[in-house]
Amino acid sequence: MGEPAFRPRYRVGDRLFAWALNLSTWFYVALIVGLFTVLLAGSWLAIKSFGLHFLVASSWDPVTGHFGALPFIFGTIVSSVIAIAIAAVVGIAAAAYLAEFAPPLIARPLAFLIELLAAVPSVVYGLWGLFVLAPVMRSAIGPAIQSKLGWLPLFSGPIYGVGMLTASLILALMIVPTVAAISRDFIEGVAVDQREAMLALGATTWETVRRAVLPAARPGIFGACVLALGRALGETIATTMVIGNRPAISASLFAPGYTLASVIANEFTEATTQVYISTLIGLGLLLFVISIVVNAAARILMHTVLRNVEER
Amino acid sequence: MADVIAVRRTMQMRRVRSGVSVFLTALCAGSAAAALLLILGYVVHAGIASIGLPFLTQVPHPVGIPGGGVANAIVGTGITVAISVVMATPLGVLTGVYLAIYGRGAAASSIRFLSDVLAGVPSIAIGLFAYVVLVAPFKHFSAISGAFAFAVLMLPVIIRTTEEAIRSVPIAIREGALALGLPIYATTLRVVIPAARAAIITGLLLSIARVTGETAPLLFTAFGSQFWEFNPANPMAQLPLQIFNYAISPYPEWHQQAWGGALILIVVVLFLNILARAALRSRASR
Repeated sequence: MGEPAFRPRYRVGDRLFAWALNLSTWFYVALIVGLFTVLLAGSWLAIKSFGLHFLVASSWDPVTGHFGALPFIFGTIVSSVIAIAIAAVVGIAAAAYLAEFAPPLIARPLAFLIELLAAVPSVVYGLWGLFVLAPVMRSAIGPAIQSKLGWLPLFSGPIYGVGMLTASLILALMIVPTVAAISRDFIEGVAVDQREAMLALGATTWETVRRAVLPAARPGIFGACVLALGRALGETIATTMVIGNRPAISASLFAPGYTLASVIANEFTEATTQVYISTLIGLGLLLFVISIVVNAAARILMHTVLRNVEER
Repeated sequence: MADVIAVRRTMQMRRVRSGVSVFLTALCAGSAAAALLLILGYVVHAGIASIGLPFLTQVPHPVGIPGGGVANAIVGTGITVAISVVMATPLGVLTGVYLAIYGRGAAASSIRFLSDVLAGVPSIAIGLFAYVVLVAPFKHFSAISGAFAFAVLMLPVIIRTTEEAIRSVPIAIREGALALGLPIYATTLRVVIPAARAAIITGLLLSIARVTGETAPLLFTAFGSQFWEFNPANPMAQLPLQIFNYAISPYPEWHQQAWGGALILIVVVLFLNILARAALRSRASR
């Protein structure tokens, strides 16, 4: 016995098919692992020569062989943190309006426009930032802030137009749609009972959203912000065009800065020595690791919420 | 009596506060949308003067010689994106099908997680990857290496949308085909994938829209060129790259060219996005 009476002829085909699917999937996994491995191998020379000291050294002078990543790490973090601070406020408020308050006739086109904001290529943001926002910053916004708050080190010194604050504003604009779109999904996912209970207690429209809906959606909204932060950290071209590209750590937001991504963009094709190239790849590896951590955190946050919603 | 008046007054205050807060949220939504219109409006205003037959048919002129265009950059972007589609589509669709059909258990969910995380890796890091793998060994820049970087950027999008598209095909269709005696591969290739084709193509469109405006990964892969170039093994002009180089140059004529290029780029990218969105919506309403 044992042998089935009917042996399908197509068994070979199915096995081949499953094999092809498996192969492509493992190839994809190998590609992702390879991405990390290749960046690590490319930066090995720099890691071997400078070690971890490289991360805290603040002098960047490729000609004399001084490579310190601190100004870039500083510029990347400061510009992204300011950007997410602005984008979180605007994005969450916009999401609340679109999900809770706006009449459908307004909500739909408004949501469409905000989503298209994410589709604008970063080189166009950079172009607009460089030739429209930066001059306005130099002649109007900057002086206005300085006349009121110039005593703060944050707003001291000459205003070039391009600089940390301009870059942060452009980044904020670029990540607002991410915050708004994902937050909106989570706000809409909050159970109707929560709203009804709050309204039944006599809460106003705003109080319902502020005290019942937003807290219920909080982990998801937080995940959206972390995801948006990840986008800001890795944004290259727009930042490069408006941040001023000076590897210095300055207290003033009007001063030019530099980011990890920008220095790679600007100097990679001009890098002459092996150590120089390897150092820039090392900065890329650093950026890669940061983005992996940030994105993984965002996914885990949002995943928890989704599971809670499904279990309810 | 006084209590009643006090309660009524606080209620009024709360209503006013509610109204003001709602208005402020509307203001935030409105200003984000206004920013888009402002940027679009400015690009059209500044770029329209450049657009003309010469701009669309000529290659860039050297500094000081007026005129010139971005024709080679438009063609270069088209070639590079087309190669990346050819590279990414088979791998992306097969992996998406795998996740949809066999995608249960820890291995599959870790692959999904890995893929989501890859979607968030900065494009410049992927450009470096392409450089080390495809530029450094051959000692010269090439459109192929740029297309490879694009393909890596596209994969997470294609895989995710393919998986969802296959999953959305009713199980009864799959079962029906299997019950008729079709083997699994034929069921998948001839019944399930055709049923999900529109959704898969939408995902492909979204991924194309994502990479078409990318500049960062091209800087040290496709590199750019001032001339006509059709061989993907050579450095090739790219529209976003050309805009970037024009913008950071010190010449006003080149800035003008940058605005013209930006207008073309933004029209193409927004068109692709709206097309994909319309396809998504028409399916959602069905």
